[in-house]
Parts: sequence; C-alpha cells; structure tokens
Amino acid sequence: MKSLEGILVVDFSQFLSGPSAALRLADLGARVIKIERPEGGDICRTLYVSNVVIDGESTVFHAINRNKESYAADLKSELDSESVRKLVARADVVMHNFRPGVMERLGFDYDSVRALNPDVIYGNITGYGNEGPWAERPGQDLLVQALSGLTWLSGNDGDGPVPMGLAIVDILTGAQLVHGILACLIRRGTTGKGGLVEVSMLESALDFQFEVLTNYFQDGNQEAQRTRHNSAHAYLGAPYGIYKTADGHLALAMGRIPQLGELLGCDELLNYPEPGTWFSERDEIKAILARHLSTKPTKDWLGLLEPADIWCAEVFDWKRLTHHEGYRLLGLEQTVRRGDGFDYRTTCCPIRMDGERPRSELGSPRVGEHTEALKREFNL
Amino acid sequence: MRRPLEGILVLEFAQYLAGPYAGLRLADLGARVIKIERPNGGDAGRKLATKHLFADGDSLVFHAINRNKESYAANLKDPHDLEKVRRLIGRADVMTHNFRPGVMEKIGLDYDAVRALNPRLVYGAVTGYGGTGPWVDKPGQDLLAQSMSGLTWLTGSEGDGPVPFGLAAADLLCGTHLAQGLLAALVRRGKTGRGGLVETSLIESLVDLQFEVLTTYLNDGGQLPVRAKHRNAHAYLGAPYGIYQTQDGWLAVAMGCLSTLGTLIGCDALIPFRDEHGDEFLMRNQVKTILARHFKTRPTQYWLGLLDVADYWCADVFNYGQLMNHAGYKVLGMDQVVRRPNGTSLRTLRCPIRIDGDRLYSEVAAPELGNANETLNASE
Repeated sequence: MKSLEGILVVDFSQFLSGPSAALRLADLGARVIKIERPEGGDICRTLYVSNVVIDGESTVFHAINRNKESYAADLKSELDSESVRKLVARADVVMHNFRPGVMERLGFDYDSVRALNPDVIYGNITGYGNEGPWAERPGQDLLVQALSGLTWLSGNDGDGPVPMGLAIVDILTGAQLVHGILACLIRRGTTGKGGLVEVSMLESALDFQFEVLTNYFQDGNQEAQRTRHNSAHAYLGAPYGIYKTADGHLALAMGRIPQLGELLGCDELLNYPEPGTWFSERDEIKAILARHLSTKPTKDWLGLLEPADIWCAEVFDWKRLTHHEGYRLLGLEQTVRRGDGFDYRTTCCPIRMDGERPRSELGSPRVGEHTEALKREFNL
Repeated sequence: MRRPLEGILVLEFAQYLAGPYAGLRLADLGARVIKIERPNGGDAGRKLATKHLFADGDSLVFHAINRNKESYAANLKDPHDLEKVRRLIGRADVMTHNFRPGVMEKIGLDYDAVRALNPRLVYGAVTGYGGTGPWVDKPGQDLLAQSMSGLTWLTGSEGDGPVPFGLAAADLLCGTHLAQGLLAALVRRGKTGRGGLVETSLIESLVDLQFEVLTTYLNDGGQLPVRAKHRNAHAYLGAPYGIYQTQDGWLAVAMGCLSTLGTLIGCDALIPFRDEHGDEFLMRNQVKTILARHFKTRPTQYWLGLLDVADYWCADVFNYGQLMNHAGYKVLGMDQVVRRPNGTSLRTLRCPIRIDGDRLYSEVAAPELGNANETLNASE
C-alpha cells in the first residue's frame, strides 16, 4: 500500500510550485485532481521550454503533471462552481497558488471551503505572503531569486548576479507545502481537525539560505564574497570548487591544502600549512590549484586523490550520468502513458518507501480528460 | 495552537546537513527531536564551520540546523549505552541516520533489527548515492553530488564551464525529501499502525530537482543543455529571461512578449521579434545582446517604473543588506533569536511554513552535547 492511498487532493494551482507539491503527494499514493480552465487549462501546458513540444504540450507540463486527473471547470460560472464545490466537499486536501484575493472572489478561499468541508487541509502558495508591499507582485522564480539575495552566491566574484539555472524557488516552495500538508494530515489522524498551510516563495528562498543568513546575522552583516575563480560556495575556503583538467573537470570539496600539495605533486601548496589561510588566501590557493590541475587528465588526478580518501569527483553531464551504472541501478526513470496512448519518458519519485520506489504509469492528463468520469463518480 | 507533530518523538542519529535538516523541519512542526551523539565531540557538524564562525563552541552552521533539538550522548560501541539507546528507540516514532551503508548493521540498529524492537517505528536513512552499486563508497558530499548529477551545466553562461549552485543544495533537498517520506509514512501509520522504511540520497534528490529539464532531455533525442551566451538564467528558456546590468545596478526580467517589452522600454530593435515564430528561444543570444545594451542606459528604478505599470514580470536584484532593509522582508517576521540556558544567543531564521495562520517560532537553541542525558536517563 502506498503511504497516502485514500487521500484525495483537489488542486487549483498552475505552473510549477503548487503542481510540483501535488506531484509529490501523487507519487506517495494520493489521488490528485487538477481543476483547470476549460480553455487552455493550466498555463504551464503552453510554457514551452527550448521549443520542445510532445503530444501537443510542453515537456515541463508533462514532467510536473503525470499521475494526475484533470477536471475542467469555469470557476466564474455558477453551474461549474457548484460541481467543484461538491468535489471540494469530498477532498482531504485543497490547494492553490493564486495571487492573494483571487480565491476569495471565486468563493474557494479557506473559510468558504471549510464551511463545505470542516476537516479539510487547505494549502496555499503565494509569492511574498499575503501582506506588505510585495503581496501583489508576480511570484515568479527568477524574480524571487533576484529579490532574495540568492543570485550573489553562485558564480565568481565579478560575475554580477548569477541565478541558479532552474526553477529552484518553485520547487523548494512546493516541497515546503508538502511538509505542511503531510504534518496536518498526521494531526488530523489524531485530532480529527483540519488545518491551513501557507507558504510563500520568498520565505522558501530564505529558508534555502538559512545557513548562510545565520552567518550574515552574526558576522557584522558582510555580504557574500565569492572567490575570483573556481567559486562553489562563498563561505567556504580552498580547495572547495570545480577545476578544469587537461580533458574535463574535477570537483574538490574540503581537504587539507599541504596534503593536497603532496598528493598532487604541487610544491607551491606546501606554503599554506596554517588552516586559517585556506580561507583568507583562498583566491591565491585556488589559482595555484587551477594552474596545476589543468596539466593532466581528470582520471590521473582521481587516481592520486581517491586512494587517499580525498573528497573529489569527476564532473558529469547528463549523458555521462545517465549512462553510468551507478545511475542505472537507482532506477530513477520510468515510461508513462497518456490517455491517448502516447508514451513518454520521465523521472520518478526520489524517495524509496519500504525498499521500493513508488511508480505509476499514468501520464499527464488532457484538459478535462476526466471531467465526465469524475461527475459520475462523485455525483457532481 | 497545537503544532501538527506534537507528541511525535524523533531520534536523530544523522550528522552534518541532510539528515539534520529533515529533523529541523519536524521539530519546527512540533516534534520532539533528540540527537543521538558520540560522547566525544558529538555530531561532526559541530566543527564544520563556514568562515570559521562559532558560537559557544559550536559552528554557526550547526546552530542553524540543530536549533530546537535536544542531545543525548551515547557511545554506540558500548553495550551499556547501546542498551539505553535501544530503550529510547522502543519509545520513538521516527529515527534517522546518514551512516554509510553497512554501519548500522554492524551496530545492530539497522531497520530489520529495530523493527523487531518497535514495529511502529518510521526509519529514515540518507546516503550519498544509494545503498548499492559502484558509488557506494564515494563520499556523500554536496559539491561532489552536484558535480555528478549534471546540475553544474545549467547555471552560468555558455563557455563558463561547470558552475555549481553556491549553497548546499543537494543536502537541503535531500533533507526535504527525507522529511516528506517520513511524514507520509506517519500518515500511513495513523491508519495501519505499521511503521516503515524511508530512504533517499543526495543523487536521487538532485535528479529530482532537475526533473523538468531532464524530462525534456529524455524526449528531445538526448540533447545536452546549451546555456545562453550572455547572462543566462535558464538553459531552456528564451529571451528576455535573465538578469541585466542597468546604469546603477541590475534588473531581473522573466518571461514575456518581446514586442510588448520593446514598446514598453522604447527599444525599437526588439519590435520585429515575434513570439509566434519562436524567436524568443531561437534568437535569444541576439535579443539578449540588444537588451543588455539598452538596459545599461538608465537606472533600475526607471525600468521598473515602465515595466511595473504594465505588470511585465521584472524585479530589482538585491543583496542581503538591501533585502533586510526592505519592508517586504520585514513584514515576513522571518528571523528569530535562539538562546541557550547559559545566555548564548544568536539570530537565525524561523520555519518557512505557516500553520493555521501562525508563524512557527522557537527560542530553543541547538543543544549542548548531552544536554538531555540526565532527564532521559531519569525518565526510564
């Protein structure tokens, strides 16, 4: 039995943050029904990335919305709203990511839903919370990265702000919503009471930086200082970084600089016996390492470092990753099938439960694909 | 308010970041979390400092991740101590660890052994790369996992080489996934009375983080990501998506129609680019070059003024100082002060999730090693 079997989730959310939370609940066994506009549905369906379209919709949509059903409803029509109210009354979890005020106007805010379903768990994602000067601003991943200080942590000093190259804030926000919803389901199991879970993209982006922000609060409010080159973490000393070799790249995590000097045959590194200098003179040390490591292929360096248990790794691209036996053994991919018979390949849940990876063959739904069946099943 | 996980007892054998981050989230949500630590030195994370910053003998990183927890010091190789730990496990709801595969089996606290002791126990294990295969002995470290996962080819611009996320992204996501699995297993236990085994790893979490773009890769004939030439923000998104230098700072611009943008900012060179021809992706290097030149001519506030009125998705780019001084940050009430009984105090962040309209604060600082031994030994 999957952990969340029997849990019904009615999801009004679009794009990534909310739908990625619903995907995780689906992975873990919940039944997820997307409520979508009859015309076009979830806007993510047409959010094309790199112009790749499969079976008429964006690859991103297919990745996020597998293992879900779709119910098409115009929430501005009384007839459709009434059917959705009946569905919501049967749900364990209701969630959305509209801007503040929208669900109040549509009559599906927490108080309205609770009146229909007193022990419901209601999840809500905003960009910046419900109050304050940013409440109405668009909650979009890159913009929240930009406002949250996150863009000064990656890349090198002098690069300017470098955003993380995927929708990290959306994904983190969805994950926090999952935490809150599951915790409330546990509480409901003992008390019978529902609950309200609210997360915002900005708070989630801040939580992601909680370690370095704890530094910032204590170190006299110094801004993050990336190294001049080979930067991988603004708050860590040398050798922490990725280095070019004669034929690729090598990642080096923590390590004692003089020991690295001996193992790599790099005498210049022996001039830094004092651990304090590994941070204070990290630019110089990294420059020495970068020069030295560029002279031989990655395999040669790994051959010297790995036997000494130095924390290092080769840098893979997806091709090398996905062809590696270590990756294949994890069984992280699956083929899923849409209602029209179209198959596509995607990833699976990263969590293994009782020794098995939860899987489901169900692909992403067409807009309203399950409307009629759901009407019959729930008498809507 | 009753916190959702009140009454749940968690034993945390995990060290460093990933496992303890899961423990932190459970503590935030109301669980009682007790770290089981070696009597000599405890969690190795106590000594793992960024910028060499410590408070009351423990690193700030340790403080940030372990606030709101207790500590029980026990030598798991000493039969007397081990017996006491077994009795604690008999009373616990959850235990977590991140030892390398095989270690808990040797101690006799692997899942099969403890399940006999407590069939209701939810058992969580974190590894670097899973429990079997060629990577089993590789150090489960954040930068190394990032390097192996392909993630480093998404950030930065074309020609930059691999650029890691400048934070412990693998650890934090892995802790997130562990917490999700533990919570889902507790939901199930509420219905079935049975515990369960939850496993994940740094590499599985990073593959999941890339699930959208990997799904594109798995369906576009295996083309590796190509970052934009200048100021890339997402390898798979077209122009204008990115951060641009202005006369006095920076401006983040997310997705939007190019000709609308051209009209709004008075950039005639953009007007011929048509979204329906896919120009925003195919021509993104040309478009971004034009935009970069144009945005440099005026200050950030000027551009925000033009774009905000039309609800075009854009934002200023802040560092920590600018963020902390902004009303949009202050209204969140995101930071809090934690205190040890000896008077040590420090500022850190709270949980990003709100439950039933309340923010979740706790003044309890990270524990001194063994601070709960006396109480727990007496309560047996």
